Amino acid sequence: MRVSIVGAGPAGLYLAILLKKADRDIEVGVVERNPPDATFGWGVVFSEETLGALRDADQETYLAITDTFARWDRVDIRYRGRVLRSQGHSFSAIARKRLLEILQRRCFSLGVDLTFGVEVDEEPDGADLVVAADGVNSLFRGAHERELGTSVEPEGCKYVWFGTDLVFDAFTFIFRDTEHGLFQVHAYPFDERTSTFIVECPEPTWRRAGLDGLGEEESLAFCEQLFARDLQGHELLSNRSLWLDFPKVVNKVWHHGRTVLLGDAAHTAHFSIGSGTKLAMEDAIALRNALERRSWDVEAALVDYELERQPVVERTQQAASESAAYFARVARYRDLEPIQFAFNLLTRSSRISHASLTVRDPAFTRALDAWFTGATAVVAPPPMFAPLALRNLNLQNRAVVRPDTSPAGAGLALSGFVAVSMEGRITPDTPTIDNWTPAAHPVALQLGHAGRRGACRPRSVGVDVPLRDGWELVSASPLPYGPFSVVPRELDEDGMSAIREDFVAAARRAAELDVDVLELDCAHGYLLASFLSPLTNRRTDAYGEDRLRFPLELVDDVRRAWNGVLAVRLSVTDWARGGVSVEDAVAIARALVEHGCDLVHTVAGQTVAEGRPEYRRGFLTALSDRVRTGARVPTLVGGHLTTLDDLNTIVGAGRGDLCILDLPPSDLESELSPAPKLEESAAVPS
Amino acid sequence: MNVGVGLPNTTPDTDGALVLEWARRADAGPFSSVAVLDRVAYDGLEPFATLAAAAGVTARVRLATMIAIAPLRSTALLAKQAASVHALSGGRLTLGLAIGARIEDYEVAGVEHRGRGRRFSEQLAYLRGGVDEDLVGPSRDGIELLVGGASGPAYARMARYADGYAHGGGPPRAFASAATRAEAAWRDLGRPGRPRLWGQGYFALGDVERGNAYLRDYYAFTGPFAERIVVANLTSARAIRDFVRGYEEAGCDELVLLPTVGDVAELDRLAEAVSG
Repeated sequence: MRVSIVGAGPAGLYLAILLKKADRDIEVGVVERNPPDATFGWGVVFSEETLGALRDADQETYLAITDTFARWDRVDIRYRGRVLRSQGHSFSAIARKRLLEILQRRCFSLGVDLTFGVEVDEEPDGADLVVAADGVNSLFRGAHERELGTSVEPEGCKYVWFGTDLVFDAFTFIFRDTEHGLFQVHAYPFDERTSTFIVECPEPTWRRAGLDGLGEEESLAFCEQLFARDLQGHELLSNRSLWLDFPKVVNKVWHHGRTVLLGDAAHTAHFSIGSGTKLAMEDAIALRNALERRSWDVEAALVDYELERQPVVERTQQAASESAAYFARVARYRDLEPIQFAFNLLTRSSRISHASLTVRDPAFTRALDAWFTGATAVVAPPPMFAPLALRNLNLQNRAVVRPDTSPAGAGLALSGFVAVSMEGRITPDTPTIDNWTPAAHPVALQLGHAGRRGACRPRSVGVDVPLRDGWELVSASPLPYGPFSVVPRELDEDGMSAIREDFVAAARRAAELDVDVLELDCAHGYLLASFLSPLTNRRTDAYGEDRLRFPLELVDDVRRAWNGVLAVRLSVTDWARGGVSVEDAVAIARALVEHGCDLVHTVAGQTVAEGRPEYRRGFLTALSDRVRTGARVPTLVGGHLTTLDDLNTIVGAGRGDLCILDLPPSDLESELSPAPKLEESAAVPS
Repeated sequence: MNVGVGLPNTTPDTDGALVLEWARRADAGPFSSVAVLDRVAYDGLEPFATLAAAAGVTARVRLATMIAIAPLRSTALLAKQAASVHALSGGRLTLGLAIGARIEDYEVAGVEHRGRGRRFSEQLAYLRGGVDEDLVGPSRDGIELLVGGASGPAYARMARYADGYAHGGGPPRAFASAATRAEAAWRDLGRPGRPRLWGQGYFALGDVERGNAYLRDYYAFTGPFAERIVVANLTSARAIRDFVRGYEEAGCDELVLLPTVGDVAELDRLAEAVSG
């Protein structure tokens, strides 16, 4: 067996070690284009979990690596003149240079054939297995992009990777506001003398600051000056430190013939979650294991390796992308109070939640909870149990339940769609304001007019399935909703006035019924929403030129007739080309707030039948966050939130104010909820 | 969770006698359904014709397409075929539909590949809405409708028109993730209750190499992914039981195990593995 490894980074060297250890007779060669002591980057980070895997794979390198490790368990967030410290995070870091030395030495002692300073531009001959561990700019990958299904896209901010002789005592995030925009630093120690110091900012900020025109030394001086206070007289160190874009590398397939991708050549994960080297070394372990398991049948082992690693890598890349996107938009969170800002940062990639942070650092979530309830209390309930005041209404907690769920214990119950009129119903069994009564309090009455989505069969058989003999439909423009849908009549001004009157009458009725929140449905392609989207409003009159005009007129009318909390349910993206974007929706939400709206219920899509929705757990959270920070309005958000922890995390981090719970069915609940079984209660002596 | 079994309608050398014998035994065995695959540009039996044959020799099991590629068929003919199998079987059809993965099927069927998603939505609305039902009988009432596919629009179509979701196969973790998406879509579209969730997986419990060779051939169009499907082939009773348990934990309602070897002995081995 001959294995030829291209690239002597951590992935390639570690694989060479593991293969040699597995079988001394395997010929393992590593070829590297750079000299042995060339280093790029400063320190690399590992988690406890990775260390366990390294210990099991090769005790000797594990001992050498951990011997020089910098270890810490704290994250410091320096923001608005405060330092927020969170504990229990268990990081370790090592100088990349030191790591390579250890791996090289181990390779030599095991008899790996190491060659430096040689460029490999074609696949080596005669090897049974060729490993492309040649990094993010892999030549092999570049030559087979089509077969591998490669995509390389920049993500996150502009960044520059410095070192510093200041030894931090925690993983440190620093946020510094400037006239050009917000800059941030990711810094961590990696030995007893040095720390990594990465500076980043969004590209527009970078241009405004003139950094696109500065050379290496000038931009170092700029950063040194900007972070002088944090550097405490220490200096930044450059190592070909230039401003870069982070390339996200994804490959559909990781091998081609007998050549396989390893580490950064196969995948990258944004540095802000510090997983690149960890993933690379785990790849090496997985590939060695697959080869052994498959008795060195290369083809079968490569399939195994891909199957094992791809789901893991995909999840890490997802988290890394969420983290990169967070840092690209972090300037929007500048208004958050320091403790919430810090919690928002720690939970940015969905890998840490309120519950898991409580396990790591109970003091942190206790401080968050206490701050959140607004009291000076030492003990407070978690965020979802904090009351919420909206106008004249005080809700006991942040949990909102759908109409088909028991409202017991929830802060607010949703009514489901209630039509302002018979013509505004979705299906024949849609309740109207004349026959609806609240089943529980506090209740949000979702008041709407179905528009072009009306006259359908009941939702038990499907959605948007037209009735054979329906009723006349109206919409902003005469466009049918879905297949076999009736063409609606374009609403004229008289029709608009009548509908405004219907909503006002319904609002008065709601007051009589002691409704707590009145929610106007401007979402999901119903009548009011049909005015908002360019896809459904093709009018050439004043209501087409200003698509917000009719909905805002109606909001004004209702606001005059209704003194309570007024909410609007809004599709904050159409999920369709040419439709309402999140930026548009933030502007719409701002206008709604100016017209007296107290709460925005953020939903998405359904504006047109053939959209491109993205469904997963919590699929609306990011959209709620955008509206909440962009329009500075409280939000109500659903999106398949299935645990109380989801609610604590969203509410605590300021991504939403009220959350709809979709609790999965529970055997325990059904066992406990009914009265005791007959024979058991009979067994109790009377 | 129910466990169903595939009919060998796309494995090599399947004839009428094998299909009938297979269906008869499945109906007598511990299985809740028999299911067929659909592929035009391949040497295999047409799904509705196969289910019609199975209907004649079974009384109990549901008859399922896992899935049929809807846009390849004209909508009225699809409705008629499905309703006919439903009528012939005394109301036992589960109609799993999707847009399929192979452009070749569209080419040989002479159907435009572009716009297939939109056409599929129209077909679902037709099937669900009772459009032309007076004209194109028999009745489609009571056909259990499933939709497959992994894209956002596929989940939306499922939640809008179907009774449940037909997953395309993979480890239990992949099924669980798809089930979450299906449930999120179901809630988003305001459907009451929850979607029925169907899963599937391949097995070969006798001549494994023969089964693997079939999978390599069947999935050759996927290039390097064919090997991954081969690796996932369930080739021991232990693997079957782990898979069944994993799917049950992931919330699957009906798991269909698809044969890769057209030999009735496989059915007995599977029955033993599932019951054991």
